[in-house]
Amino acid sequence: MLAVKVHNLTLKNPVMTASGTFGYGEEFADFIDLNRLGGFIVKGTTGTHREGNPYPRMVETPSGMLNSVGLQNGGVEKFCTEVYPRIQHLDTNIIVNVSGSSIEEYCDVASQVDALDRIPAIELNISCPNVKCGGMGFGTSPDMAAQVVSAVRKVYHKTLIVKLSPNVTNIAEIAKAVEGAGADSVSLINTLLGMAIDIERRRPFMANVTGGLSGPAVKPVAVRMVWQVAHAVKIPVVGLGGICTAEDAIEFLMAGATAIEVGTANFIDPAVTVKIIDGMEAWCQRHGVNDINEIIGII
Amino acid sequence: MKEIHDFRIAERQQLGDQYFRLVLKHDGTMQPVVPGQFVEVLVEGSRDVMLRRPISVHDVSDSTLTLLIQIVGNGTRRLAELSVGNRLNVVYPLGHGFTTALPSGSKALLVGGGAGTAPLLHLSKVLKASGVHCTILLGGRTASLIPVQDDFRPYGDLLLATDDGSLGHHGIVTTHPAFANAYDMIYTCGPTPMMKAVARSAAQRGIRCEVSLENMMACGVGACLCCVTDTDQGHRCVCKDGPVFDISTMHKWFEQC
Repeated sequence: MLAVKVHNLTLKNPVMTASGTFGYGEEFADFIDLNRLGGFIVKGTTGTHREGNPYPRMVETPSGMLNSVGLQNGGVEKFCTEVYPRIQHLDTNIIVNVSGSSIEEYCDVASQVDALDRIPAIELNISCPNVKCGGMGFGTSPDMAAQVVSAVRKVYHKTLIVKLSPNVTNIAEIAKAVEGAGADSVSLINTLLGMAIDIERRRPFMANVTGGLSGPAVKPVAVRMVWQVAHAVKIPVVGLGGICTAEDAIEFLMAGATAIEVGTANFIDPAVTVKIIDGMEAWCQRHGVNDINEIIGII
Repeated sequence: MKEIHDFRIAERQQLGDQYFRLVLKHDGTMQPVVPGQFVEVLVEGSRDVMLRRPISVHDVSDSTLTLLIQIVGNGTRRLAELSVGNRLNVVYPLGHGFTTALPSGSKALLVGGGAGTAPLLHLSKVLKASGVHCTILLGGRTASLIPVQDDFRPYGDLLLATDDGSLGHHGIVTTHPAFANAYDMIYTCGPTPMMKAVARSAAQRGIRCEVSLENMMACGVGACLCCVTDTDQGHRCVCKDGPVFDISTMHKWFEQC
């Protein structure tokens, strides 16, 4: 009833988790059966080890949070040799979020991940707002976005999802550019660039000053962008941004998303993903929907 | 194993204006909790509070968890409104706790400041049970900011220090005469400048020392990487690799003021 396809990827249900909110899955294994997920997207992985930004890295804001982690990760080699062997047995789609500061770095990471049998897809992160070089820089111009995607397309042979930034004037234009460059799917939205000031101390809350806004606060923006992009491209859209409930997930599907990612809500309820899956199934039963694909993109 | 459980509030005790204590009752079999571990509680019914609040575990019994909470912001203010019989959704046990496996007869110094006294009660109980002699040194700016004192008395020698001299030794904890005595282990939890001063002194004297950090955090399980601290191995999550760290890995942290 809930199975969907994102390019060559078969998902037992549309629910995945957003990069940077679910670690390597293991962190949530005490709370949920990871095999129930449609998939999960592991932490942004770069060519070499990164320490990320200084602390403080987060602040809570109304119905949301700002973060500026800055892609802290152990690097692709460590992922392949240490993390992958621990999680590869899982019966779900494990997708690696691939990040970098240069086209060469994106290609290097993508080609190393291409060799891992149990990783059927990557999510190319051209939209991280919290790193000085690269990241969002690649995702805010259609030309740059197309260049990175074409280069990665040459070295990566499985499902290529490109994660888009909402910090642009026309997200549909970027989506079309990456579709033209060979992307199999787009996921959106990454976080919205924001800022918060501690007025008692008269300084920004975060060491990096600005950060990415996530959580329910961004959901209407994300739904609107998913709807715009779904109408602009032919490739499947993966929707994310503030999803906390099954109803939120259904809303994204109606807007045009084939699958969704749950992010910040994992911090509030570590078992939220299975509640969303169960809730989507219950919703379908209540509404006489036999196949979830019937409601995708109906708006 | 970590779990999510709706605890029932069995007791609530106000301790001055700033602190309160909640005794949470588990309906079934509670997971084991090590001293120094913490929980993340869900604050319901607040427009401004979405993320869980990390709270250290003050005391533990077979089926109860006790939390000692300081009212510092919107989240803890909302928690202070809870009363007996209410439910509280808790993710626990989280993090890496204190080392309690010391040889019987060892001498330990426990240094707590303000709300940082909270996890030391559970610690002192466990240490006393394994035959460790505890000196418990609690400090605060003024007497009312040391939330709990008498509860510690059965578990060791209790010493107090206040910056304004309103209770016990007049001065910060590191100037207390007993601070300079010889110990096998020093544990500390409290304001960062206090813990760094304790760590520097312990390092100078070659005494093993553990500090319990409190950073702003979101997930509590090592997934979001928001709560990192500097360590000699680079950034580490306070929620997962800590909150308790051995200072032998923390020079980069305690040597900077």
